[in-house]
Amino acid sequence: MTEPIEESGQPPYLWPDYVSTRLRAPLKPLVIVPETLSEVTGPAFGDGDVGELDHDLTRRHGGEPLGERIIVSGQVTDVNGRPVRSALIEIWQANAAGRYVHDGDRHPAPLDPNFTGAGRCLTDDDGRYRFVTVKPGAYPWKNHENAWRPAHIHLSLFGRAFTNRLVTQMYFPGDPLFEQDPIFQSVRDPKARERLVSSFDLGSTVPEWALGYRFDVVLGGPAATPLEA
Amino acid sequence: MTLPTTPSQTVGPFFSFGLCDRPSADIVPPGTAGSVGVAGRVFDGAGDPVPDAMVELWQADSEGRYRGDFGWGRCGTDDGGRYAFTTVKPGRVDGQAPHLVVLVFARGLLRPVLTRMYFPDEAEANAGDATLQSVRADERATLVARARDDGLEFDVNLQGDRQTVFFAL
Repeated sequence: MTEPIEESGQPPYLWPDYVSTRLRAPLKPLVIVPETLSEVTGPAFGDGDVGELDHDLTRRHGGEPLGERIIVSGQVTDVNGRPVRSALIEIWQANAAGRYVHDGDRHPAPLDPNFTGAGRCLTDDDGRYRFVTVKPGAYPWKNHENAWRPAHIHLSLFGRAFTNRLVTQMYFPGDPLFEQDPIFQSVRDPKARERLVSSFDLGSTVPEWALGYRFDVVLGGPAATPLEA
Repeated sequence: MTLPTTPSQTVGPFFSFGLCDRPSADIVPPGTAGSVGVAGRVFDGAGDPVPDAMVELWQADSEGRYRGDFGWGRCGTDDGGRYAFTTVKPGRVDGQAPHLVVLVFARGLLRPVLTRMYFPDEAEANAGDATLQSVRADERATLVARARDDGLEFDVNLQGDRQTVFFAL
């Protein structure tokens, strides 16, 4: 735990280019405490936690959403490469036009009556997951002059312990907006940034239907797994 | 050789439609015998409320057992930076004082912050809690809720002189 967080591939709290960190980043050192059961346990999930269509963001409304249909799939493992099974993954995203279903989003792009942009699923016994959605659009934000977020899908994951849960963003390969995006660039190690970028995956692409993108996730976690079924 | 972990990124401002409907902020149904309200506000370094934060709780049950099927709750903050849960006081686990594990996510937090909420009516247990006692004496109060007529109040200050103590993940 003494490794500087930036060298571990994680972003710092304070990254002034991302203006919202300036008043929200804690500036006092984090307190390191021994692990107790409170740090190594977490909620467990089962089939009852997800609905049959929760993984398919294109089938929630009367019609199909506009945009490029895609499949996002991958594997969730721990740092030892072991699959994390029954991990809850929640995703949320803008629609193909770059607009969120959120009252606070003032981007003058159209909402899509056939797209909400939220989904969830559990990983299977091999730690694998799969979502069907549409490729989100880039959108402007007010961080700096002419600021645009690269297209991304937000992911929230629960592994074996509550304290090792992860909220991250998945990007798309070759996005020209990477260079000027302070959220992406807050991860200082270029190799670590690459781990935020999905790869085009012909193997999960469905002919005549949808392109596949692969996004694998590695969760940190305690060595002990006392609640693992 | 171990694999490097996937980097964290901010939850952003627009998460509520994806994250905040399940689970609910009611870890037990309101009105349950022995239930307690835990509410508070999240503030930034200027002392302004954070209206787009998400607070998550994890806790043992009243018998002091961590169970996979109990004790996880989630609540987004409102325009006043306020969140509110209904829960029960957890029992003691391995000699620790009763506490809630608290994670806060927000726009502007590239990683979540991890803290604990302890109970104000557990002075003796709190005095013997290794985690709480590992915190500097003048900062411990940031981890103890205040008793109010309608429940417990636990504010989270992300930055500044009154910053809440946060733990390394």
